[in-house]
Amino acid sequence: MTTVTTTPTERAYEPVIGLEIHVQLRTQTKMFCGCALSFGDDPNTHTCPVCLGHPGTLPVPNAEAIHFALMIGLALECELAPRSIFHRKNYFYPDLPKGYQISQFDIPLWRSGRLGDVRVHRVHLEEDAAKLVHAGSSGRIHGAEASVVDFNRGGTPLVEIVTEPDLSSSEQAGEWLRLLRATLKRLGVSDVNMDEGSLRCDANVSIRPVGTATLGTKTELKNMNSFRFLERGIAAEVARQEELLRGGGEVEQETLHFDPRTGGLSALRSKEESHDYRYFPEPDLVPLAPTQAMIDRARTALPELPGARAQRLERELGLPGDVARLLAFRSELGDFYESALSADGATDPHTLASWVTVELVARLGDVDPAESPVAPEALAELVRLISARSVSGSAAKEVLDAMVADGGRPEAIVVERGLGLAGAGELDAVVDRAIEANPDAAEKVRAGTAKAMGAIVGAVMRETKGRADGGEVQRMVRERLGLG
Amino acid sequence: MSELLELTAARAAECVRAGELSPAEIFSAYRERAEADDLGAFLWLPEEPPRPAAATTSADPPLGGVPLAVKDIFCVEGAPTTAGSRILDGYRPPYTATPVERLAAAGAPMLGKTNMDEFAMGSSNENSAYMPVRNPWSPDRVPGGSSGGSAAAVAAGLAPWSIGTDTGGSIRQPASLCGLVGLKPTYGAVSRYGMIAFASSLDQCGPITRDVTDAALLLRHLVAGRRDPCDSTSVDFPEEIELPSSHDLGGLRVGVVPELSEAATIDAGVKAVFDAALERIEELGGGVEEISLPHSEHGLSAYYVLAPAEASANLSRYDGVRFGLRSGDGDLLSLYERTRAEGFGDEVKRRIMLGTYALSSGYYEAYYGRAQRVRTKIAEDFRAAFERVDLVVTPTSPSVAFRLGERTADPMAMYMSDYCTVPMSLAGLPAVSIPAGLSEDLPVGLQITGPAFTENRILAAAHALERAFGFDSSPARRPAAAAPGR
Repeated sequence: MTTVTTTPTERAYEPVIGLEIHVQLRTQTKMFCGCALSFGDDPNTHTCPVCLGHPGTLPVPNAEAIHFALMIGLALECELAPRSIFHRKNYFYPDLPKGYQISQFDIPLWRSGRLGDVRVHRVHLEEDAAKLVHAGSSGRIHGAEASVVDFNRGGTPLVEIVTEPDLSSSEQAGEWLRLLRATLKRLGVSDVNMDEGSLRCDANVSIRPVGTATLGTKTELKNMNSFRFLERGIAAEVARQEELLRGGGEVEQETLHFDPRTGGLSALRSKEESHDYRYFPEPDLVPLAPTQAMIDRARTALPELPGARAQRLERELGLPGDVARLLAFRSELGDFYESALSADGATDPHTLASWVTVELVARLGDVDPAESPVAPEALAELVRLISARSVSGSAAKEVLDAMVADGGRPEAIVVERGLGLAGAGELDAVVDRAIEANPDAAEKVRAGTAKAMGAIVGAVMRETKGRADGGEVQRMVRERLGLG
Repeated sequence: MSELLELTAARAAECVRAGELSPAEIFSAYRERAEADDLGAFLWLPEEPPRPAAATTSADPPLGGVPLAVKDIFCVEGAPTTAGSRILDGYRPPYTATPVERLAAAGAPMLGKTNMDEFAMGSSNENSAYMPVRNPWSPDRVPGGSSGGSAAAVAAGLAPWSIGTDTGGSIRQPASLCGLVGLKPTYGAVSRYGMIAFASSLDQCGPITRDVTDAALLLRHLVAGRRDPCDSTSVDFPEEIELPSSHDLGGLRVGVVPELSEAATIDAGVKAVFDAALERIEELGGGVEEISLPHSEHGLSAYYVLAPAEASANLSRYDGVRFGLRSGDGDLLSLYERTRAEGFGDEVKRRIMLGTYALSSGYYEAYYGRAQRVRTKIAEDFRAAFERVDLVVTPTSPSVAFRLGERTADPMAMYMSDYCTVPMSLAGLPAVSIPAGLSEDLPVGLQITGPAFTENRILAAAHALERAFGFDSSPARRPAAAAPGR
């Protein structure tokens, strides 16, 4: 028996990934004052003494933000803290007007939840910092000639969601974040726009030899403001850590900044320089103790969530998993789909799903179909025409083009544009002409070269402008050539 | 004119309502007095006196237009507000504090802003970044602090009445040292909105007045029958604040706390006045009994962890970025360091360092955590005591007014000034100091404490005792009042 020892160079590693997500809530006003939320407005036009941290001002929690945070925790199946506590997180920075951020610390609003196959560690409420704008070529504070502060964003309600380290690849992290994003969007609590920063994601990444249980030293990745950057950032960091360990080195605990231009990672601060935030209970606020009425109201406000919807579409309608997820994660597509389905019970769910997720999406892009001229019942009718072989596939696409452009009912469009399938009487003559016009092809078909049929069928299609049923034409050709 | 100055504020307001005096007369009389301030009591007077009734909401305002001296810790829109600190030099708030707004609406317009220890940190008013305040009873002595300006102004007849703030004794101790009535309400009874924070879980606004009735009248309009939606820690006061009329203490059980009244730190002269007060209580029909607050002797230690901890965060906003003093060479770190080094005084820096240390990782449990537990114990002590007695009395201050400079070199000696007042602050309880007599020709205060929201009970007892003590609180006898503009 031989003992197999693996050296670091040959060992296989697996990534262990946890995410920290900040979600800006779409409330009317800020977390602790009455200023309206804004995005893209002139700097410092949505401020007041409270969110500018003037002496003597006091925070008052936003009831709508608490309602949204309750909805999020319920959606993520978390356990509610009967009395959660706001803390002060102390550090000096120009984007933090009070010199502390009001956040939650040892008793967050929610704990121990789950979304899909990832466990949620905690969910808490806090306030966003203001926005620093750095003048200078780097766009970052290092090397900036001057920095100015826009306090419009300061005090925006934030929910922080921290997962357990249950993810094991960059792709899985991306996919899970898409599920979370779809869920939050469905809840209607946030714009969840990564470009605009209403959804922000940091990742804690470590690797360990496959088959071991202990966690390696983790690094924290920041500034991944798109799904693509998140996946690229994590992949780059996993590769960097593997290379380090294989080379006999060690991973250092640090915070890394992902640069989407170079795809590289640079250190922001290492553990030695990490802040001591001196958390202590915020004496200006009383504990947050949601009443049963508040919890009931949040529960009542919960729609069917994307995860559950995808499962239902798969189970009840037999849709393929990826199609079901697409309909569920883009809930506007799912809504349109289900509305069309219920408009016409005879519509085939599979065909309808593909016409929504493929044909309609190809024509509308990101536009919500509910805001397009296409009515759900009209699309259902079109799919029924296709299933009944009253219209060919290519003609149906032309009908859909017309519906996307001007709305209308498919049957009317078919009649108006003469797109109905050619009948047998009309086809007899057309098929005869096509065989006559393609004698070589006819001879090859007779001789057994089936693919030569294409030239004859093509001719029929050209003449009928696609209104012929290809299968029927082939049958008629074979009959005439004595092969039937 | 001097007759007018002899009137208590409540009496002056009555005269206005009876048509015997006009608000303008009262305002200009006190305005003249305040302009002649030679005690350092005022930091700022409006250039143009506001029309006294300008802010009121009714034609016949209950406070009669009798003007109010406002501690410079309250933000007033457009008026310089410094909290006694250089770091807020030139700062003019964009909004007005709820207490000031409520009193103005009830007919007490602001007369001016009064001097104070920087950020309310001090017991002598010598920590003001601008100038010390002198005690009208003896100008070489301190008025107490941190609301020393408010107390001196009322004691000298420069103002009819005033508001201050109390974190560990900052209303009660200067009231005691200046022979006045000073009330710290139950925590949460009065809005803190617009009151510059020192230690948020302890800070309360309250009146400093010539007599108990004036204090009750101001408190009534500070409480105003409704909590302030701008202060999450404020509560609806469970009852109307009454104007006290009690002449006896019949049936009242009054507790005496040896841990406080017999501590070594209490001066013999103060103790003598206190003991005489206990006799008055019994003469008025009250029953005096000994109770124990076993953890109260640790109050000061817990206070000097908790208050600086909160202050260290509360004072972080003074960073030179948005308002107030700004110094440095353009680099961010130097902006912070130089602004704060130049803007804060020694005591403030000391407490920021204390608080920062107490909250630091690795020390939090040993300091902040333990101090919170002491605080809980003290509150429990009071709860147990109030099952046996209705009120608790102690001396307010261990000593009479001390000399300027006497304790500035010894912070611990200064901190001892709050020995008897801090336990009530930690427990969030209401407490009033009333003048009970003289020692070395200087006033000695008696502190009366009750359970939360028993301000009416406390003020009733204070009113009965005030009559019994017969203390002359009129400003005319004080040298500063005798020779204004000296």
